[in-house]
Amino acid sequence: MPKATNADDADAPDGVQIDLISGERMAGMATMEKIRMILDGVHDGNIVILEEGLTPDEESRLIEVTMAEISPDEFNGIEIETYPKSETRDSSLLGRIMGSNETEAKLTVIGPANQIETLHKDETLISALVSRN
Amino acid sequence: MGLFTELKDSISRATDRLFSEQEPKRIGIYGPPNAGKTTLANRIARDWTGDAVGAESHVPHETRRARRKENVEIERDGKTVTIDIVDTPGVTTKVDYEEFTDDMDEEDAIRRSREATEGVAEAMHWLREDVDGVIYVLDSAEDPITQVNTMLIGIIESRDLPVLIFANKTDLDDSSVKRIEDAFPQHKTVPLSAKEGDNMDEVYDNIAEYFG
Repeated sequence: MPKATNADDADAPDGVQIDLISGERMAGMATMEKIRMILDGVHDGNIVILEEGLTPDEESRLIEVTMAEISPDEFNGIEIETYPKSETRDSSLLGRIMGSNETEAKLTVIGPANQIETLHKDETLISALVSRN
Repeated sequence: MGLFTELKDSISRATDRLFSEQEPKRIGIYGPPNAGKTTLANRIARDWTGDAVGAESHVPHETRRARRKENVEIERDGKTVTIDIVDTPGVTTKVDYEEFTDDMDEEDAIRRSREATEGVAEAMHWLREDVDGVIYVLDSAEDPITQVNTMLIGIIESRDLPVLIFANKTDLDDSSVKRIEDAFPQHKTVPLSAKEGDNMDEVYDNIAEYFG
């Protein structure tokens, strides 16, 4: 599987690299492979956009691994944004049995904490400011 | 009494203990930094045991280790509910030591940030492995729709843990309990001021109902 290229590898113009990663690409990966791919991108200063986001358990492990990698003056952590759950989501037992959770995958934006700032967020809109390091 | 009868009684007593005495449930107090988690844990512990759980501070990440207060017996309507309170470090996805340099020198700020990152990882581990229920504390004067809150509530729900949302700091002018109720309508929200001790009767009624 080809790796996302890093802008530093080439004589690329000074800008912010955005990696849009499809759900299909993520589907065959183990949890730690997904986390490694996300954090490697973020360490390189990239903005990573996941078409289908992460499961709650993967999010929990992403927080843990991110914390382990924070280092003063080098890496302050991540900014991550996903739409909040809809109020109309069926969270009843019947709903879960019927598999309504399967439709919860939501586009997720992840970037270095010092380069991405959320300006506005609600159930249908995420507005973020991305800056160069 | 013969040896056999004594042995039978002993086994019977052990079996009774095994099945009648429920282990206290471990209730994790979670939320973002500076929501008032330790103030709440201290309020509950002082009200029912006379002791505090940990130090409180306006500087974020004062709590950098999960702390458990065991066997907190809460009496409601003639019944006693026994829980262990686990006060956890505030969860975040970023820690910048420069946040702390207004309150301490750089060396202490760096140490605090390192301990804070370990504390967040510890809190996540407790959530996945070791708590039976969650009190999610939010500062009602702040916008509740943040990624950390959305993610943590999602993680708690995915583990099917019972959860109560506490809208803390109702003593502040900007407090809005409705904003929290609207953000997480699928869960019960209880307003309170842990600092002032406001509405603690409703807090204890709900703890007994949800975690008893």
